[in-house]
Amino acid sequence: MENKLKFLLRLGDDSMILGQRLSELCGHGPILEEDIAMTNIALDLIGQATNIYTYAATLSTDFNDADGLAFLRFEHQYYNAVLVEQPNGNFGDTLVRQFFFDAFRVPLFQQMMQSKDETIAAIAEKSLKETRYHLKHSSEWVIRLGDGTELSHERAQLAVFDLWRYTQELFHMDDAERELVDAGIIPNLADLRGTWLQTVESVMQTATLQIPENQGFFGAGRLGRHSEYMGYILAQMQYMQRAYPGMQW
Amino acid sequence: METMTLEKLAENFQAKIDADIKIEPNDWMPDNYRKTLIRQISQHAHSEIVGMLPEGNWITRAPSLRRKAVLLAKVQDEAGHGLYLYSATETLGVSREDTIDDLHQGKVKYSSIFNYPTLTWADMGAVGWLVDGAAIMNQVALCRTSYGPYARAMVKICKEESFHQRQGYEIMTNLMNGTALQKEMAQDALNRFWWPALMMFGPSDAESKHTEQSMRWRVKRYTNDELRQAFVDATVPQAELIGLTVPDPKLKWNEERGHYDFGDIDWDEFWQVVGGNGPCNKERIEARVKAKEDGAWVREAATAFAEKRKMRENQ
Amino acid sequence: MKSNEWPLWEVFIRSKQGLNHKHVGSLRAPDAEMALQNARDVYTRRSEGISIWVVQSALIVASDPTEADALFEPADSKVYRHPTFYDLPDGIEHM
Repeated sequence: MENKLKFLLRLGDDSMILGQRLSELCGHGPILEEDIAMTNIALDLIGQATNIYTYAATLSTDFNDADGLAFLRFEHQYYNAVLVEQPNGNFGDTLVRQFFFDAFRVPLFQQMMQSKDETIAAIAEKSLKETRYHLKHSSEWVIRLGDGTELSHERAQLAVFDLWRYTQELFHMDDAERELVDAGIIPNLADLRGTWLQTVESVMQTATLQIPENQGFFGAGRLGRHSEYMGYILAQMQYMQRAYPGMQW
Repeated sequence: METMTLEKLAENFQAKIDADIKIEPNDWMPDNYRKTLIRQISQHAHSEIVGMLPEGNWITRAPSLRRKAVLLAKVQDEAGHGLYLYSATETLGVSREDTIDDLHQGKVKYSSIFNYPTLTWADMGAVGWLVDGAAIMNQVALCRTSYGPYARAMVKICKEESFHQRQGYEIMTNLMNGTALQKEMAQDALNRFWWPALMMFGPSDAESKHTEQSMRWRVKRYTNDELRQAFVDATVPQAELIGLTVPDPKLKWNEERGHYDFGDIDWDEFWQVVGGNGPCNKERIEARVKAKEDGAWVREAATAFAEKRKMRENQ
Repeated sequence: MKSNEWPLWEVFIRSKQGLNHKHVGSLRAPDAEMALQNARDVYTRRSEGISIWVVQSALIVASDPTEADALFEPADSKVYRHPTFYDLPDGIEHM
């Protein structure tokens, strides 16, 4: 598959699957104001996925529109990081997952704005502003949960310990991506880890949370090998398109 | 300084209402007016919040990116509307949490329509078109209600609501322009939601004991039957336009009256559902109770952090 | 009276350069930072605002032309008579 297309799918699938996870929360948040905030984020992510898939569809030989890419690939053809498949769990799990993700996406989009590919640069510019809000929101919550009550601290800490191992995959670089970096299309993802770590360490410190030592396993979502959660996510997400193939909605 | 008698206050109050002057939070108001408003506005708020559940049910299964985004936006709007209405309720001197506890304990109600399940994608069309359609009828009338904060909340809500009904109708239209399976899905959804939508307007005027006083205080501006008739008159042509059949054999245009005649509502079903025995009453309340209970540790954490920070700043 | 509910904040939005801030409603938040964020999410969902002010409702001092002068009760100086704007002495659980 063409390098650029693969990168776009990795980017779009991250937004799509995380947006899908957040959509599960609608109507179940800890307070009305947070229901609105989380739904806002879900909406932003679905919007990003739509923009990214629309561009990707112009490069794809298998699908000619965003919906096709979103709903009709098979599991091994999705390239999201395994982090975004993790279940919502409790509010701490949801917000720590979000924080780790947002802290990566802000520097990613910042640097992507310099892409020699105009469309990719435009997608980055459009997504950056809302992603900064997402990061602010998730940071503030990680701090409040970490430095709140004993119970919230315990839950936030457990979430950090559980999810840390999945963050490594965000900075995955393979040959395809190195070629894109050389061509000035995308930033070097491995280099983003420095900024990411700075943001994370700063918030963790304010939140009185510890960062685990073990650097975790190498997730293979970027290669299309997902966790057991992915099958169920897709079963729900793709249901209508699979049960009623080829129809207009 | 003269002390005003209760009679004089009540007289001035009614005079304001009759002159369509808004009553604002710190104005004198009869106790019953305050109580009626608290009940009505909070029930309206609860309806928006509980209403997120039957539609939220289909977000993860929406059949296209656009439908997913639009449904997310709609449900988010409903949360926002609930919030505007809780905000209006609080101006009457009661806290949001207390009204929510009343809801969880079954002391106040929410719109009975949300006790029905959403079983297919077409239900998203039916709910948007019929339920929001019915709500709009009610809400446009309430934009001129006597209590200031309530009227202002309603104006805000009405501005955002018309997109909801249009989206629902668009879903139905697309289905009716689609395959045989899709048409069947749409007709089935209409069959299940038509009568519950008519029931949204409440008991008939003859059975409705609060109507007279509510009308006098302009907390209500049209009667249940008036709104129900207006809804039928507006909606039947919309159904016919896209080839749907309204599931009422007695439905018939009455040239003399200038309105549609329609069949009898099953009031047994209405009272059963209102009384807590509908298909989803239990699940809806359970979901709301769970959200509140599961969220307690989160709310407490934020409060604890705010207190810690205040203490640090004061040092 | 429940004391563990987040405080109530009033929200004011200036939707465009050149206009005044307008009162748009209230929301619950644990502190000022979250109040601003929530206000953005709740009251600017359709990009309706560019400047947001939030104030704890209990801190607003109000003067409303009411019949209060003519009543035997003293005039209120709060925006509205919300139970949480008033401190109750310890020992009063429900009122």
